[in-house]
Amino acid sequence: MPVESIFHRLEALLPKVQKPIQYVGGELNSTVKDWDSADVRWALMYPDAYEVGLPNQGVAILYEILNELPGTLAERTYAVWPDLEELMRAEGVPQFTVDAHRPVRAFDVLGVSFSTELGYTNLLTALDLAGIPLLAADRGEDDPIVLAGGHAAFNPEPIADFLDAAVLGDGEQISIAISEVIREWKGEGSPGGRDELLMRLAESGGVYVPRFYDVEYHPDGRIKRVAPNRADVPWRVHKHTVMDLDEWPYPKKPLVPLAETVHERFSVEIFRGCTRGCRFCQAGMITRPVRERSITTIGAMVENGIKESGFNEVGLLSLSSADHSEIGEVAKGLADRYEGTNTSLSLPSTRVDAFNIDLANEFSRNGRRSGLTFAPEGGSERMRKVINKMVTEEDLIRTVTTAYSQGWRQVKLYFMCGLPTEQDEDVLGIADLAKKVIQAGREATGSRDIRCTVSIGGFVPKPHTPFQWAGQADHETVDRRLKQLRDSLRGDKNYGRAIGFRYHDGKPSIVEGLLSRGDRRVGAVIRAVWEDGGRFDGWSEHFSYERWMAAAEKAGVDVDWYTTREREENEVLPWDHLDAGLDREWLWQDWQEAVSGGEVEDCRWTPCYDCGVCPTMGTEIQIGPTGRKLLPLTVV
Amino acid sequence: MRYAKRGRLRFTSHRDISRAVERAVRRAGIPVAYSAGFSPHPKISYAGAAPTGVASEAEYLEIGVTTPCDPAQVRQSLDESLPSGLDVLDVVEAGQGGLADRLEVSDWEVRLPGADRELAEVAVEKFLAEGTVEVERLTKKGPRRFDARQAVLGLRVSEGADRIAAQVQGEPCVILRMVVRHMTPAVRPDDVLTGLRLVADFAPPVPPEVTRLAQGPLDASTGALADPLDLDRDTTRGGEAGPAGEHVAG
Repeated sequence: MPVESIFHRLEALLPKVQKPIQYVGGELNSTVKDWDSADVRWALMYPDAYEVGLPNQGVAILYEILNELPGTLAERTYAVWPDLEELMRAEGVPQFTVDAHRPVRAFDVLGVSFSTELGYTNLLTALDLAGIPLLAADRGEDDPIVLAGGHAAFNPEPIADFLDAAVLGDGEQISIAISEVIREWKGEGSPGGRDELLMRLAESGGVYVPRFYDVEYHPDGRIKRVAPNRADVPWRVHKHTVMDLDEWPYPKKPLVPLAETVHERFSVEIFRGCTRGCRFCQAGMITRPVRERSITTIGAMVENGIKESGFNEVGLLSLSSADHSEIGEVAKGLADRYEGTNTSLSLPSTRVDAFNIDLANEFSRNGRRSGLTFAPEGGSERMRKVINKMVTEEDLIRTVTTAYSQGWRQVKLYFMCGLPTEQDEDVLGIADLAKKVIQAGREATGSRDIRCTVSIGGFVPKPHTPFQWAGQADHETVDRRLKQLRDSLRGDKNYGRAIGFRYHDGKPSIVEGLLSRGDRRVGAVIRAVWEDGGRFDGWSEHFSYERWMAAAEKAGVDVDWYTTREREENEVLPWDHLDAGLDREWLWQDWQEAVSGGEVEDCRWTPCYDCGVCPTMGTEIQIGPTGRKLLPLTVV
Repeated sequence: MRYAKRGRLRFTSHRDISRAVERAVRRAGIPVAYSAGFSPHPKISYAGAAPTGVASEAEYLEIGVTTPCDPAQVRQSLDESLPSGLDVLDVVEAGQGGLADRLEVSDWEVRLPGADRELAEVAVEKFLAEGTVEVERLTKKGPRRFDARQAVLGLRVSEGADRIAAQVQGEPCVILRMVVRHMTPAVRPDDVLTGLRLVADFAPPVPPEVTRLAQGPLDASTGALADPLDLDRDTTRGGEAGPAGEHVAG
């Protein structure tokens, strides 16, 4: 039966809302398939505003892959702003997809990509607007399977009650596999209803279905065990890893929005995974091993992406882009190819060393020469050892001196506050470092026109990292240290005006910490916050710490117990039944070494340090150099 | 160049359109000229863009190119590169004189679903009978009061209702046509609607759907709206003529 577009009903509301263009779809390279041509239909959601969600690579890749799959269609949906939400409620307009404006409830799957936990309340808004019961247990045969993915899905326990399923890791292959399971089940006439479909997904071992697992607690609140409540459901659910990225050169047809978005560029993921072993970094831990895309595939993807999109900026993405084995060749080759075309290249996430200045110089040949960003993360040598970010002060000063002497005038330094074992002097060390950076820049250039911006984020311990056992610093401590740092920077007559200082207060980190390491009992807090009007928690103008604390109290959840409490080695963690491949003993040892100052080298260039991922997952590091060159540009 | 913004693309803002055009120019391989300086940007200038939410059959822009181009070819390749709904209608090689200066008046169509036709006619009559109609609009600089009457050269209730996007089928739809002179501050169709409410308490039940049908110089002898590109067409070759006021179904 055809599903009708709700666009005419939405259209009457659009003149009354901010930035209506974000709701109308019609982006270049977007796809609208005939509803009846498909028997498996996905609504893909990024649970934030369109301007943040549209550039998201994960959703874009799955959208393309699923639409290429015969008999399958995928459309996109995003969180609507409160102004439209209010009008939709008043007029009874349901949550819709932006492609064909079909109601989300009509799809087979609502796949939600969580980059951050702060999108949880937006999930509830979307479910409610869609007319889908909030609790998975209340859903019926006509409701979609609500499926979570993305990095936050590595601990989906706080939203377990709202989810039918979750998937860990790379989505390319598992989204196809899920489509085939659904197709087969529907082809058989949907035997056994929703329950059987979820069983079929759970039995495969690649999909986590929270309802098939029971959580038991000790009297003191700690988890006693998490166990399957049905036969044939595996004890642990494993993450997915795509090997050989050259076989998955997506996006091939990049979505080009009409509305303004946070990243106006064509992005190519030049490798996936990171083995540097920074202990705070969840992304680095859960995306192992390193898998490089080859220089030739990168070149072909950039050429195709620019042609298909018309973007004038290309981003080469990864967790540490300068670590690609042939990044020098890639940079020079692309800079040569796009010389004189007003195409700028950017390389986010680079490490602190002089080699990066060469790369930055290449990249700025054809476009804007903006600032350079480095992330020492910790203000003192001791702190950087604890987090295994092996950057010495000499490295940093040498690197920025090179940058300033080669014409860069603005350097941004990124740090964290609230790291394990941190003392006041570790944070105050950031001020010393920034002053030395300015001093070095002035000496190298003979000019006082040197600027440095210090940007500070609050540290949040994350699941599947060595810091998953750590006690999070309370927000009073973080705020006190940040204030001391600010006073130290601003009070300095010689350097104060050359140093910019950006930070957030420590309260949002506490909520993020609650959601990151929470268990199923935290779901009641999320729901209470949402019912109290909580929306868009990633936006400071919408976020309310007081609302979260009031909701936690109402739900009987002790926030400190989840955040600032340090865990013992043997405590069952809420995500222990979800397998990111990391060996738990190795993580614990690394946590102990963090406290005692031990370091871990990158296994790309030094022997394996037994994190456990490759043997558990049957994967291996895939890196170059291939020795190949960028292919010459084909004549248009 | 004359282009249209149609259907759901009427919700694009001026900034949205300029980004879309810049990208389309790149995809289409048009040899666009860039400004010099630290941050070069393509030389594309826009004349009097219709507000966000307002459709148009007659928007104008100029593109600076580094080498001569065939206007018909530019029209076709740019139209193909733009999203459907931003449609390139007419391209000529620019001659002498600024394009913006020629855009003296606009012909607007304002569709009012669910409005009462008789009340609309009374309101139009009252409005035209006034010498001045002071209205207030919230601008970026705060509320501003100005006369909405003097700029209105023509205003009538029009015949022929076909489908309006947001309209429930079977509901009546009143259509206003107005020819408005471009002034400072600009008098927009919604200012005229405000005027109708002030003089005759005429208030349509849902937001209006507004379309600019044409803009250009006013022919003093006939009082009709002329095609602003005709001046270039007289001196150059290659433009495809089309009546500026023609309403192309989108």
